[in-house]
Amino acid sequence: MSAHISASNPPRATHARVSAPVYVYHLPVRIWHWVTVFSIATLSVTGFLIADPPWPVLLGQPSNLFLMGDIRVTHFIAGDVLAVALLVRMYWAVVGSRYEREIFMPAVWRGSWWRGLFRTIRWYFFLERETAREIGHNPLEQIAMFAMFTLGVLFEIVTGFALYGQGTGYGTWAYQLFTSWVVPLFGNGQILHTWHHLGMWYLIVFSMVHVYMTIREDIMARYSVMSTMVSGWRFFKDDRDDEEEGV
Amino acid sequence: MPAETHTFYEVMRAQGTSRRSFLKFCSLTAAALGLEPFYAARIAEAMETKPRIPVLWMHGLECTCCSESFIRSGHPLAKDVILKMISLDYDDTLMASAGYQAEAILDEIPKKYPGQYILAVEGNPPLNEDGMFCIVGGRPFVNKLKEVASNAMAVIAWGACASWGCVQSARPNPTAATPIDKVITDKPIIKVPGCPPIAEVMTGVITYVVTFGRLPELDARGRPLMFYGQRIHDKCYRRPHFDAGQFVEAWDDQGAREGYCLYKMGCRGPTTYNACSTTRWNGGVSFPIQAGHGCIGCSEEYFWDNGPFYQRLSPIAAGFGVEATADEVGGAVAAVAGAGVVAHAAGSIVKHVYGKKRSGTNARSGPDEGDRP
Repeated sequence: MSAHISASNPPRATHARVSAPVYVYHLPVRIWHWVTVFSIATLSVTGFLIADPPWPVLLGQPSNLFLMGDIRVTHFIAGDVLAVALLVRMYWAVVGSRYEREIFMPAVWRGSWWRGLFRTIRWYFFLERETAREIGHNPLEQIAMFAMFTLGVLFEIVTGFALYGQGTGYGTWAYQLFTSWVVPLFGNGQILHTWHHLGMWYLIVFSMVHVYMTIREDIMARYSVMSTMVSGWRFFKDDRDDEEEGV
Repeated sequence: MPAETHTFYEVMRAQGTSRRSFLKFCSLTAAALGLEPFYAARIAEAMETKPRIPVLWMHGLECTCCSESFIRSGHPLAKDVILKMISLDYDDTLMASAGYQAEAILDEIPKKYPGQYILAVEGNPPLNEDGMFCIVGGRPFVNKLKEVASNAMAVIAWGACASWGCVQSARPNPTAATPIDKVITDKPIIKVPGCPPIAEVMTGVITYVVTFGRLPELDARGRPLMFYGQRIHDKCYRRPHFDAGQFVEAWDDQGAREGYCLYKMGCRGPTTYNACSTTRWNGGVSFPIQAGHGCIGCSEEYFWDNGPFYQRLSPIAAGFGVEATADEVGGAVAAVAGAGVVAHAAGSIVKHVYGKKRSGTNARSGPDEGDRP
């Protein structure tokens, strides 16, 4: 398998070799990315504080204090920002480029996608000399973004709004849209809290791997990674073509 | 309706209740249900014209705590409910008759009042082994339940057992104890969960059904909204301490003496729908949180599998053989992922440095060369 797709074979593609950078992530996607980073970080910190308040006993009249209330409202605002940003991002997946659709819809129906996936897995196992020439995400990244990020964040948003609806009460939008069916699905609110908490850890693990892979690929892949999510441009370190182009 | 049935009013007058006391009773009932004053006249009219509703109260797998709670109702008094409002024709723990005489009523009432009686169920049927884990009157409870329910106007599921399954359905649920709504699917079911439910909630539900001839407004899970529309947390008198961030850290600390929020001691108030913090118990004397103990969430499904009740984060009992909280599981997974990242980064550095040394001489070598550090 590796013989006919490794970079060592003469490239089959005949079109012009392009080393010019590609404008791959439009401004809304980049803004969304950093807004999401900020809100997930805020949500995780406030989430830990809500789940198990670590501060020592606060004495004094409760009328002078609103610590838990402030932390919770921060959590709720960050959650709203995360959800609205994801809605905008979903809209952009429809109107944006194919590379901006990848995290919602990995192209699993394409044979080239699967070949790219195995090539990438070999690359991560140190069995491949170099990466393919990716314009968007490589197939493994697409799968990870979809399964860990997109589904993870959707899970957190749905369970989060369901818990929020318990607080806003019967008849409110959060209760009608989420609490009314999510809580029966999990049994009760306590179980839902546990799953919401686990979902956060899922996203934390994703973030760890995401940040590591971003730094690693920025150094080792044939293209820019970290600067791309700032400027939107993907730069290539060489002008060699390969048959994975355009996967 | 057969000729010998009487209206509520007739029964009350026959028992010596004056017209004046009757009207006061109607006013108090309207107040207890939170209705506007003119409803007192409607309640009086209903009780003067409507026949008493026959109620059959069956017991399955349960501990009878619902009955114990019910008989302590103060508004209205349980005796008034039983003797004046409903015709409690069968309740094996309260009725005078016993044996064949008692069991015969279960056959008689559905024939005599088809579609007009209420079936109240305390406890639930175990389904394993054809229901042999709960035998009442010589027959599996599940069979009798289905028979009696087939002609009922509505079914009231008393308590956590009938509503959700409760302790006898805790993992691994060897008897397959099953809540009522999974067994009776073709009748309106009103769930009155709690272990036990509050006495005034129980009599309040009956009063509503008797007065208006229909079920009260229910939420998506079949619970009457007027009692289960809000969480304990929403009306808890310790809520200001929650919002302030003032928590009890130990049962004997200063926070406990000051009456701080019991959230960190495992209180399930924030996820439990019940009326304890408004109606309270035993005529409004107290409720668990007022007594200094957190809510255990006894009116919620699966509360029995969410122990220990004294810690904030429930363990994940997913058959791992160990009980770990979300933080312990998530932290372990994150540690493994972190170790993987570190190991992979080390490998990547070796490959990168080694690859650079080689790339100067031969950038695009044979298929299998240069791949391994």
